[in-house]
Amino acid sequence: MKYYDKLIFELSKQGRLGYSLPQTCNKCKGTEVIPAGLLRSKTPELPEVSEMDVVRHYTNLSQMNFGVDTGFYPLGSCTMKYNPKINEEIAAMPAFNGLHPLQKDLKGVDAVYEGMDKALAAITGMKHFTFKPCAGAHGELTGLMIIREYHMSRGDYKRTRIIVPDSAHGTNPASAAVCGLDVVVVKSNANGLVDVEDLKPLLDDTIAGIMMTNPNTLGLFEKDIKEIAQLVHAAGGLLYYDGANMNPLIGTVRPGDMGFDVMHLNLHKSFSTPHGGGGPGSGPVGVCEKLVPFLGVNVSGFNGNFGVILRAYAYILMLGRENVKLCGKLATLGANYIKESLKDCYKLPIESVCKHEFVFDGLINDGACDGKEGATTLDVAKRLLDYGYHAPTIYFPLLFHQAIMIEPTETESKETLDGFIEVMSKIAAEAAQDPEILHGAPHNTPISRPDETTAARNPIIKIQDECVC
Amino acid sequence: MAGFQYFPHTDEDIRAMLDRIGVNSLDDLYADVPQDCLYKGEYDLPEAMTEQQVRDFFEGLAARNPKLKVFAGAGAYDHYTPAVIPYITQRSEFITAYTPYQCEISQGTLRYIFEYQSMICTLTGMDVSNASMYDGPTAAAESMRMMVAQAKKKNTVLISDTLLPQVRGVIATYAKYAGITIKEIKAENGQTSKSELESLIAQGDVAGAIVPSVNRFGIIENLEGMADALHADKAMLTVYCDPSAMAVLKTPAEWGADVAVGDGQPLGIPLCYGGPYVGFMACTKDYMRKLPGRIVGETRDKEGRRAFVLTLQAREQHIRREKATSNICSNESLMALWVTVYLSLMGPEGMKQVNDLCYQRAHYLYAKLLETGKFQEVFAGAPFLKEFVLKPLVPAVELQKKLADAGFFGALETEEGYVSFCVTEKRSYEEMDALVESIKK
Amino acid sequence: MSKIVEGLKYSDTHEWVKVEGEIAIIGVTDFAQKEMGEITYVDCPDVDDEVEKGSEFGALESVKAASDLFSPVSGTVTEVNEEVVDDPKLVNEDAFGNWIIKVQMSDASELDDLMDAAAYKAFIKE
Repeated sequence: MKYYDKLIFELSKQGRLGYSLPQTCNKCKGTEVIPAGLLRSKTPELPEVSEMDVVRHYTNLSQMNFGVDTGFYPLGSCTMKYNPKINEEIAAMPAFNGLHPLQKDLKGVDAVYEGMDKALAAITGMKHFTFKPCAGAHGELTGLMIIREYHMSRGDYKRTRIIVPDSAHGTNPASAAVCGLDVVVVKSNANGLVDVEDLKPLLDDTIAGIMMTNPNTLGLFEKDIKEIAQLVHAAGGLLYYDGANMNPLIGTVRPGDMGFDVMHLNLHKSFSTPHGGGGPGSGPVGVCEKLVPFLGVNVSGFNGNFGVILRAYAYILMLGRENVKLCGKLATLGANYIKESLKDCYKLPIESVCKHEFVFDGLINDGACDGKEGATTLDVAKRLLDYGYHAPTIYFPLLFHQAIMIEPTETESKETLDGFIEVMSKIAAEAAQDPEILHGAPHNTPISRPDETTAARNPIIKIQDECVC
Repeated sequence: MAGFQYFPHTDEDIRAMLDRIGVNSLDDLYADVPQDCLYKGEYDLPEAMTEQQVRDFFEGLAARNPKLKVFAGAGAYDHYTPAVIPYITQRSEFITAYTPYQCEISQGTLRYIFEYQSMICTLTGMDVSNASMYDGPTAAAESMRMMVAQAKKKNTVLISDTLLPQVRGVIATYAKYAGITIKEIKAENGQTSKSELESLIAQGDVAGAIVPSVNRFGIIENLEGMADALHADKAMLTVYCDPSAMAVLKTPAEWGADVAVGDGQPLGIPLCYGGPYVGFMACTKDYMRKLPGRIVGETRDKEGRRAFVLTLQAREQHIRREKATSNICSNESLMALWVTVYLSLMGPEGMKQVNDLCYQRAHYLYAKLLETGKFQEVFAGAPFLKEFVLKPLVPAVELQKKLADAGFFGALETEEGYVSFCVTEKRSYEEMDALVESIKK
Repeated sequence: MSKIVEGLKYSDTHEWVKVEGEIAIIGVTDFAQKEMGEITYVDCPDVDDEVEKGSEFGALESVKAASDLFSPVSGTVTEVNEEVVDDPKLVNEDAFGNWIIKVQMSDASELDDLMDAAAYKAFIKE
């Protein structure tokens, strides 16, 4: 990666332009006749650059970015699988792109939503889906709204609390808060699973339900799920499935069969749509039969992220009924392979077979000795960047203080996994020998160890802020 | 095992990996799953298609949608998309990248977001912008939450009746579950009524108000005095605006707003049946640490090089959990890139020209439609830019059908029974004349 | 070794209180600032806000974490230390020398529930 330090504003020169527009009619009036009190007083500070300037600039910026197409991204809970290019072709078709969201009787569009509804129902065991949520967290919020609607429709207004495992992703309690629910935490037992004995006393008539991820954020299958479902249902609550960890269940287990009433899927995770640097995604929410009347909850402006839904549909059609059966299994294979290969260098807090991801709790030998500080998980992550790998998820889940969460996905070859294993072993050896190598990492990237403290104390968040300091 | 292009594993690979793990088969990896959880049936999915079959399938679906020239707005605008943009956004390093948590290998993403934040700030006049939200309506809902969180004991937010219906709808959804009271500010002559706003403030408990800059009738609103009325009561003002129109119209900051929200779709993002679009949210300096969503900031690295990072993360869900400013975990990053490239190509001159073209063409169509005798003016004299409403003297569905038969989409019906039209720089005079002809029949 | 100052009261959530008549001057201990690491922001209430003993009145933020601040006493906020808001590293540099808020106490007997320096020293067990 080459360090390229320009911002588009710095390429600006008055009089340059990068657009192609028809001429305005010189006989007619333009925006200048709008009453002055409704017009802005100063021209916006946008760059004036040529088309070539724009192309070069963004091409150079892209060279400082790492994507799935560049290399391995073992990010736990993110499912960074390959983004098929046929999906991009379909999403770019002008006949879909040019449709206004309020157009009706679009048989070709209806067929996409119907096809996806049917396919996702088949894969998850849910009855029907809403495609309005634009992301996973948005889907969580939508699902919680559906749960609340269900209880309220039965005149049950007491249920304003939701149970969330202590291992849950931060979006779970955050979504609960946005939905007006109080969070009740259930502890994990020594095996990393939801502690059923800790759950039982929490279940009363103020509980709207429980949010669970299965496999959980440690990559472990919650084998007590049927008992948990029974207990929660008996107490009058509903079960919400966080689909962020759906990948190992594709082709093996259906959330509907486990007793979940409502769930979301991340199309940008298990269904191969690209992450785009942080979005756009799509978080369709599926429900069991009795919750179908509540699917109309209005959480976004139009029809959801249709462009993303198109991509996911293309992927599902390529997978088909045969390949869907292998998806989860191959993802699980890769994760266990890495786990077994590295457990002699990294602390494995939970020995059991994992699903698509697992957690290490830092290095076994971090090289700490008198005078020298040991290498932390952060150091390992930064050193990995030097070797051309994206770091795994770090410091999550919170249960383990030096957490490294690794998820390889089923689209990575054995060679890629072996390469990663080799480098992780090397880094462990480096740490044991001299942790300083890791403390200074990364050495081979365009920038290294930025000062995040100053960035938070004195935020510079736009180009105009630069001059102030 | 039959091959599949997205699964690289050969039988040999699988065998070797299973051996390392110490199990016999892939099914053994699911031995910890209770038997009654495993799904052993067939999946009700079609047989796997080849890539060519996928192409044919979607081409078939695409052909079943009519191809209409768009003369409607109502929150989604058919502006011209420069050819360059998809070439940039489709670059692997942008599209297949993850959230820039590892900043050392994500400077590309972080820098374009910084540029995006800067552009949103200059368009809205605000001090701080976040890295984007899902869409305009959800950004408006988040601003409602932000205003209530700031107001401490006040729990009512005023929503103008002249906001788009989908904006009001999403706000109402979020308000319902958060226990926030929504009161509607009535319209007067097609604009948010200032006297109504003032009397609602006087009723008390008002944390803030959300008002449009250009409303659902296409009218450019005069928001004079509204910020003052709210601030006097320690309440906030959010202005919902069209960022394309902001290049010429008075900005939310100039109106005294505390927060500006809207959808970036008019900045060259294709209609795409409603998404993906991109919401934006920006605020004054005072509220910087209360803004939801990601924020990118500038700093120096250990060698003194200019570097960009996600900053102010202590507000976000992965740290604050239930106390976070919002549950939002993503943004619409690639669409923020789309908008950034668009604005870079357009510059201030291009944006002015787009707005002038829209103004001229919309006013041309307005006059021509009135000439047909099939419409009456509703808000005569009210200033508009690219969208307007008229009262139809024939049923709206009849108009829509005539338009559709001639290859146009427009004459959307509002809740009052008006019809709305929108004309962008993409619609030519020939098309407008043809539309008018189709109505005359 | 964390610094501890005699004559102050301490809460089990690491706030210190200096009493001046009816006013409780509140800050965080040296132990707290060390646990936080570099403080990037101190989130404070406004003057005239009501605070309740044991409930949160603000937070300390660092790059990767946020730690709630809990009020050791109930009352009304009379002053907020703007210096600490403008320059949060003051708290890292001298936790005892940089107060955060001043509260007009509504019930001075609540002070009896707090620890003295010796008890706090034992509490943090370094």
